[in-house]
Formats: sequence, structure tokens, C-alpha cells
Amino acid sequence: MPERKKTGFFQNNSQLLIPLVAIGLLLIFNLIRDSSFFSVNIGTNNDGYPVLQGNLISILNGASELAILAMGMTLVTAASGGQDISVGCLAAIAGSVFVKVLRAGPITGWTVALGVVLCCLVAMVFGCFNGTLVSVFKIQPMIATLILFTCGRSIAYWINGGATPTVGSPIITAIGSFIPGIPVPTPILIVILVGIILSIVFRTTTLRLYIQSVGINQGAAKLNGINPLKIKLLAFILLGACCSVSGVIGVSRLSLINHETLLLNIEMDAILAVAIGGNSLGGGKFNMAGSILGAYTIQALTITLYAMKVPSTDVKAYKAIVIILLVILGSPVVKDAFRRLRMRSNSGRTSIGKEAA
Amino acid sequence: MGEILLTMRGICKSFPGVKALNNVDFTLRAGEIHALMGENGAGKSTLIKVLTGVYPKDTGEISVEGQPIAIHSPQDAQKNGIATVYQEITLCPNLTVAENMFIGRNENLVVDWGKMVKRSDELLKNLGIPARPKQQLGSCSIAVQQMVAIARAVDMNCKVLILDEPTSSLDDKEVEMLFSLMRDLKSRGVGIIFVTHFLEQVYAVSDRITVLRNGELVGEYVVEELPQVELVAKMMGKELEGLSDLDKNRGKSSAAGESLYEAENLSSSEAKPFDFQIAKGEVNGFTGLLGSGRSESVRAIFAADKVTGGKVRMKGKQLNINTPYQAMKAGIGYLPEDRKRDGIIADLSVRENIILALQVMKGFFHPMSKAQMSGFADEYIRALEIKTASQDTPVGSLSGGNQQKVILARWLLTHPEYLILDEPTRGIDVGTKTEIQRLVLKLAEEGMSITFISSEIEEMLRTCSRLIVMRDRKIVGELKGEELTQSNVMRTIAGGGKENA
Repeated sequence: MPERKKTGFFQNNSQLLIPLVAIGLLLIFNLIRDSSFFSVNIGTNNDGYPVLQGNLISILNGASELAILAMGMTLVTAASGGQDISVGCLAAIAGSVFVKVLRAGPITGWTVALGVVLCCLVAMVFGCFNGTLVSVFKIQPMIATLILFTCGRSIAYWINGGATPTVGSPIITAIGSFIPGIPVPTPILIVILVGIILSIVFRTTTLRLYIQSVGINQGAAKLNGINPLKIKLLAFILLGACCSVSGVIGVSRLSLINHETLLLNIEMDAILAVAIGGNSLGGGKFNMAGSILGAYTIQALTITLYAMKVPSTDVKAYKAIVIILLVILGSPVVKDAFRRLRMRSNSGRTSIGKEAA
Repeated sequence: MGEILLTMRGICKSFPGVKALNNVDFTLRAGEIHALMGENGAGKSTLIKVLTGVYPKDTGEISVEGQPIAIHSPQDAQKNGIATVYQEITLCPNLTVAENMFIGRNENLVVDWGKMVKRSDELLKNLGIPARPKQQLGSCSIAVQQMVAIARAVDMNCKVLILDEPTSSLDDKEVEMLFSLMRDLKSRGVGIIFVTHFLEQVYAVSDRITVLRNGELVGEYVVEELPQVELVAKMMGKELEGLSDLDKNRGKSSAAGESLYEAENLSSSEAKPFDFQIAKGEVNGFTGLLGSGRSESVRAIFAADKVTGGKVRMKGKQLNINTPYQAMKAGIGYLPEDRKRDGIIADLSVRENIILALQVMKGFFHPMSKAQMSGFADEYIRALEIKTASQDTPVGSLSGGNQQKVILARWLLTHPEYLILDEPTRGIDVGTKTEIQRLVLKLAEEGMSITFISSEIEEMLRTCSRLIVMRDRKIVGELKGEELTQSNVMRTIAGGGKENA
């Protein structure tokens, strides 16, 4: 019995294998290259509080926005079988709204909370717009979100005017880097918080079952009383909320908003994270942990390249090489080959078992 | 009957945990139509796939015209003159007939379209296929498309032609067309392997029958020497007491109680307005030819298509049923006609497929616990004898009959008062068919109202106490009690036509 359980776990989570192995190899590679890569030490920041420092921490910290977007992108991908390419722009809009609220008066805990809530609502409205185009008008997700991708940063510009306004405040610093007294960077805590909220949602609602049903067979889902329109809309709205959280983190890191560069090109990385996590970009079944791991894999790769002193102009090219490898490893052809190998070894084992019996 | 064309000897094939074929022999002679029969899971598909190189065999040998051959891929099979035409058309509907017949066969870079069109024209005429070479394939009926696929195989000098469930989406006239083509090919010396679920069709065209059961060979028979009843018995491995039992039961279910569901002038985007009612514990059915609107009517009841008008009463209370969810809440269940397209969520597990409808009815904020789901799934896997490795198995990997049982379980779990079964027995084996019919009668006895639709009239006559006959998307008659005979149904379908004319 326990053996059966183990194979079950392995089967359900076999898609995590590739991102796990990728991260593992990257880390081992770094360990060989520089034995101090892993060292995490406690330093003190400018205010004299203890903080964690080290490459591992910067990987976890730096991937925060990406990890949150990847979670939302997983839902949209699974439900609609397409991708939202406007997440970076939407995060910029949300960030602009956040800054606009903060600049309306003195920054206090209440105004920050109000800013977060408002920018979240605005982002959800835009998510709803994308979702409506996809579900009601049946436009392909990538085309539908191309609209916001094109005009999103202009909208962000209108919200605050041409300047790159700053919002200096200890509260913002606390969100973007460290809460005084807590040595873990706040963005990491926010990722964990979002993850917990999502898992609570999955536990208290039927969202996972519905999204997967709609993604796999929309017609059948409909005949079982599920409204595919609503589910797709909901996925886009949740992705909108994820965008706003990423936008707030992005703004808080720098204490300013640059609508042109905030989370630039992150949409492609978010889609990539979903793919590296072993999720089908054609929708259907999904594994949230895979997408999150995918996000950290991408960040680990970037940090490794920077640590190797690869010029920032060349980083993308090197990244591409590794990604080609990952994507090929996760391709149906290679997966099938692996499955056949495993089947062969499995059947070998059972026949031995029978002989023994 | 010609000389031996193809022999398969001692074929074994195992999948992890399952012995799909155990020492199976198969012999095909030139110029014969050989039916391959067996229930779902008997090993028909596996045998075909071994023969066509889709699966490698574990042991055994295959020879064509006495020469042992090795088949490692579908291309190998093709080279050895073995061609397959599948149930689903595998041609390209957006290309022309001629293009479809020659696509992928030209080794030269330059294509002589004129010659190709001429050659395909000859071939189509020669085989009597009603299609023009320059016609787009998608504009032909499914039957003609299938015949084009056969013509393509013939032109590739195939000696062995495998037809896998070729008739399941054809109407009677088209089936006859296909049969005459099969007879024609037979007279030209082609050996045809015919896989089907329709017993009548086997007897209409086949010369020999090979029966498989549970991956083993039961035997090879000449058609004339094997009565239909015996064939069924051989496929199921037991005598057919079940079916005769059903006949006796029918009287009981016709004792109808008070009215449960009534529709007045109900119409949908697909169905013309119609009246309908069903009593508590009644089993009735919609019958009619393909395209007569029987499926569209029941879909309107469940609001599977957009409802456009009409009044609906459930137990005398007026209701609005505009979405499947409202229908489910009103106590209606609907097992759709197209299992693959509308029924199963293929990648999800058996468990999730079983609990889906009940979960939806419980609501978005009330997910069932894992233990609850497993409990329900276990209960119905046992009750309906669903053959699956585990609850976690993706439902898409089950055989057709077991997939159907999963969907049936899904609706039974919601405990509907009114269950609509549209073609629940299509494409599934005889054993499961009988099981489902028996289940229908049992449920009706327990008070459930059931509308049952089937293409096989005998099946409906066995289970239904009232038949609504449709023609050209209109109800043209209703039969019950003593009137329920096959000839009466036929006459009503035809008679309705006269009245309209």
C-alpha cells in the first residue's frame, strides 16, 4: 500500500521534475564554480536591523513579482488555453494607481492600504476587460490582451503625468525591502502570502476543478452546469489581482514609478515559468507549484549569469540557450520517451515480483 | 474464397498490469470480409494496432502471403499492403478529393496535378464513389469521405484493408453504399477486416467472424454457421438470459404514476416547438431517423442549447430552465449523445468525473472533501462495475463502455428525478448494453423517470413503455402498450410523412 501511494505522488508531480532538476543543476553548478555562492549571512542594513543576504536570498527575492504573475498566468492558461501578454503593462497601470493614491496626501498605513486596495480593484477591472474579450467575444487570449499590451503603459503614463514620481516613506521601503526587525525580504513574504491565499481559495472553493474542466472540455463542463464564461472571466480577474500585487512590489522596491520600465517584458517570463513548470500552454490540468518553481528557475538562471560576470547585454542570449534545453526536456516527445523507459522498468519489476510470488 | 492472405500466430501483447492479447491467432483470406468481434476490452483494437504497427507485439508472428514480415511502424504496414481506415476521418477536409488521395505519396518535388486528377477520377468512377476529384473533401458526406479514404488505400495497392468502426456515424443509406464498395473490393481480391459493434451489419456483409474475449481467441466461424444469438453468447461468454428477462420486465414500467415533467411548446435554437410530458417512474423514448430532431428535443429539455420559448412544469410547478445548471437543480440529468465531445473530461480522473455534476450542484463555495469524493467514486465504481485501474486514472484512458458508465455514475450520483439518456449504448459492447438497459428499468422501478434514446429500435422497444416518434424535427406520433412493435414504429415514421405531404 505505501508503495502505491509513492507511485501516485510521483505520477502526479512528475511534471515538477524538470524545474526541480534545473534548479538543482544550476545550484550545483554554482557551488562548483564558487563555493561561497550558497553562503547566506546576516548583515545589517542602513537602519541597523539584521537582514539576510546572499545569492539564494536574491534569487528568492528577485523572482517575487514573476512568481506571483506566474500563479495568475497558470489559472488563465489552464482555463482559456491561451496566455495574457499584458501582465507587465497591467502591473504598470496598477503601480501608477498605487503611486497616485499615495501622492494625494501624507503617506500613512491607511493610505498605503487604500492604495493597495484601489490598485487591486483597478487591475481586476482591466483583467475583467481582458476576460470579457476572451470569454464573451471568443477572441484568442493573446490577441485580446495585445490591446492592453499596446496601450497599457500609455494609460499608466496618463495616471501620473510624464514624470517618474517618487513615493519615499518607511512603509514603502518596508514593502519593497525589509520590515524592520524581520530579516527576510518582504517580497518573499508577500509571495508566500499570495500562495497561502490561493491555496485557501482552492481549498474552500471548487475553482481548481472548474478551471480544469473548462480548460479540458468546455462543452462537457457546460453540460455539467459550469458556466465557462464566468470561470474564464474569474481567471482573468484573479490574474489582474496578481498583477496589482506585483506592481506594488515593483514600485516599492524603487520607491518610484517608471511606467516605461516597471516589470518590462515580464509577460514572456511569466508564460515561460508556466511552461517550464510542465503545464500545457493549451490549457487543462495545471500544477501551481510547477509554475512557481519555473519562476525561480528563471531567476536562478539570471542570477547565475550575473554572478559569472556575463555582461548584461549578453545575458538574454545565454538565458535562451538554457531555456531551449528546458523546453525540449519538457516537450511531449522527450516526456514520452521517459514514460516508455519508466514503463519498461516498471513492467520488469512486476514480472520479477510475480516470479517471487 | 481465395488463398490465405494474412496470418497472425500466437500474438501476445501486455501493458503494465494488463495482458491485452494472449496467444491470439487470426487468419484472413484473399477476397473475404472478415468481421472482428468482441466486447470492449476484448483486444480488438490492440490486435489491429499490432497489425498496423502502432504497438509493437511482445511475441508471435505475422506473415503476408506466406512471407513473415516485421512491422515496426504504420509505414511498414503500408509497405506490406496493410491499410487502415479509421472511424474518425484522418484526411484533410480543406483539400480536394484528388489532393487527399495523393497527399504524402509523391516522392518527386514536382507534382503533376493534371495526372493526379485524371487518376483519381478513374478510381472514383471505377469504385462508384459519388465524388468529383476537384471537390473539397469537407463538402462530401462522412460516408463519401470514408470511401475516399478507402479509394486512397486501394490505389496504394493494399491487400489487407482494415475498417475500424466505419459505420458508426453513417445512416442506413450510407451504410449500404459503403457495403457495396466493400463487396466490390472483395470481388477484386482484397481481404477486409471489419470491426464493428453492429451485429446486423456483420451478418449483412461478412463471410467469417473471429471472436475475441478478454484478450483471448474464442474462435473463428463461418457466418452462416453462427446464429446471431450464439455470436452474442460467445462474445459475452455467457448465455443470453439477461435479454429475455428484460422483455418480461417491461410490463411493470408501463404502469405510469402522476406527471413529473411537462413541456408546452418548448423550443430551442436547434429544436422546433414541441409538447412533451413524462410521468413518475416512466421510461419513454424519442425515436426517429438520424437528424429527425430527437437529440435536439431532449437537449432543449435540459437547456443544453439555448432555450427560445415554451413553458415547463415540474410536478405541476412552473419553472424557468434556461441553463443546464437550472435543469440540474430542478432534478434533471442528461447523458449526452457524444460521449467524447460533451461527456467526459478526458484528462481528469475517474473520481473527478464522477463527482463533477454533484459538486457543481453543491456550489462553488462548498467543495467536497477528498474523502467524500473517494467514497462516492468507490461506491459507483463498484455499483456499476466500472473497470479502471484506480480512481486516479484519467477517464480518457478507459474503454468506451467504461467511460459511459462513469458519466452514468456522475448523473446517478446527483439522484435526479428525471434522467435523460441520449444514446447511452452507442459504441459500447453488448454486455454493457444489457447492463445499462437493466439499470434503466431498475431505476424506473425505484421511481425515476427516464427518457431513453437509442438508434437501435429493438433496444428501445425492450426498455420504453412509450415511444415518441419524430420525423423532420417534428413529433409525428406516439406509441404505447400493444402498439410498440418495430413495424409500427416504421409505419409511424413513414405515415407522418404522408400526412405532411
